[in-house]
Amino acid sequence: MKEVSAFNITKAVAEMCQEANFDLCGDVKEALIHFKEKEVSPIGKSILEDILENAELATVKRVPMCQDTGMTVVYVEIGSETVVVDGFIEDAINDGIAIGYGTGYLRKSVVKDPLIRVNTNDNTPGIIHYEMVEGEHFKITVAPKGFGSENMSRMKMLKPSDGIEGVKAFVLETVSEAGPNPCPPIVVGVGIGGTIEKAAYIAKKSLMRPLDAHHPDEHIKALEIELLDSINKLGIGPQGLGGLTTAIGVNIETFPTHIAGLPVVVNINCHAARHVSRTL
Amino acid sequence: MKKKIQTPLTNEIVESLKAGDQILLSGTIYTGRDAAHARLIECLKNNEPLPFDIEGSILYYVGPAPSKPGEAIGSCGPTTSYRMDDLTTPLLDLGLKGMVGKGKRDLKVIESMKQNKAVYFAAIGGAGALIANSVISSEIIAYEDLGAEAIRKLEVKDFPCIVVIDCYGENMYETERQKYERK
Repeated sequence: MKEVSAFNITKAVAEMCQEANFDLCGDVKEALIHFKEKEVSPIGKSILEDILENAELATVKRVPMCQDTGMTVVYVEIGSETVVVDGFIEDAINDGIAIGYGTGYLRKSVVKDPLIRVNTNDNTPGIIHYEMVEGEHFKITVAPKGFGSENMSRMKMLKPSDGIEGVKAFVLETVSEAGPNPCPPIVVGVGIGGTIEKAAYIAKKSLMRPLDAHHPDEHIKALEIELLDSINKLGIGPQGLGGLTTAIGVNIETFPTHIAGLPVVVNINCHAARHVSRTL
Repeated sequence: MKKKIQTPLTNEIVESLKAGDQILLSGTIYTGRDAAHARLIECLKNNEPLPFDIEGSILYYVGPAPSKPGEAIGSCGPTTSYRMDDLTTPLLDLGLKGMVGKGKRDLKVIESMKQNKAVYFAAIGGAGALIANSVISSEIIAYEDLGAEAIRKLEVKDFPCIVVIDCYGENMYETERQKYERK
């Protein structure tokens, strides 16, 4: 039986909150450089240069790339032969968020009640998802999610007869309608299937996949490639000021669904696309 | 070629700015986003004075990250502007001349900008660390209890932004997108 201490979880989460906000992921940086080279809009190209310079500065100065340091989404994979000792896992994670955001000078962006709206002042609670896996295993992923892009995300219960064309149309409509608002170039996460909350869950989880890795199923991989191409023909461009770089990646996840349904969720991420994982 | 602009904004300055102009802004600007706007509008309803002189002023839609010791401000890029649309026209009527944010504005804001001669600038969303370099000082002047959403008076030097919607209603988000759209 593997043992993971609550103390180590707290320490790891605190460090990961800061790392995710200070350091642009390698795959995202590569994608931004790749699209910058291809961008034909002069203003679009200069915005992509500024975004890369901003990331460099954030890493060197240990400050957040963006002031919206997000609501902290956390994924935990726990093995069936793994136990958390010396504390309760949920408290350990939230303590890590509070410490990470406090000592890292990260913005506290969470209000306790969605209608009364008083800040919790430590960015807790996180949005924590647990997944059981077999064996001795403990992996944690921290993904701070900004709401400029979260607000532009949408869900729709399509009809089975809408099929793949219906999915494409909904994704394009969502990105087109979002326009300049979610800080393009964006990463588009799409969840297809399951139930309404499962589709949302896998849409967000798809954003954790590296941009240089496609879905293993050929027809989904083809859909990712086609949608990225179609999105980049919309003309929105970096920051919505025109250009060929509206998205730097489309990641899709699917799940079995009901005979009567075709749920689709489009979860938009900004160009920072923050996420960091660790195995303890 | 970037245009250097000094606050406060006058009608003459606003009229000279055209959608697409790249700007380096210097002088005083005020921060305000969702919660601060709600309070400003509450002030107006109650016939109370606003916490700063709005005539000729610029509002920057931002909730900065906390400043590290020795820094004037933390990362401070723009937030999405449409959330302020319903709370903006009364401020434009009182002489607000400029807004800095990112993303679309609605028709009533654009109409009011044309009537009142005001300009909408975009700063680069997500470039908060870079933008912080152009902020010399930051002081909370109202609603301290709102934390990141408090109203701050910022002194800026060569703050980089782009005129996206000018006082003639010309809107770069529409014109530029059309240029790069591929069928």
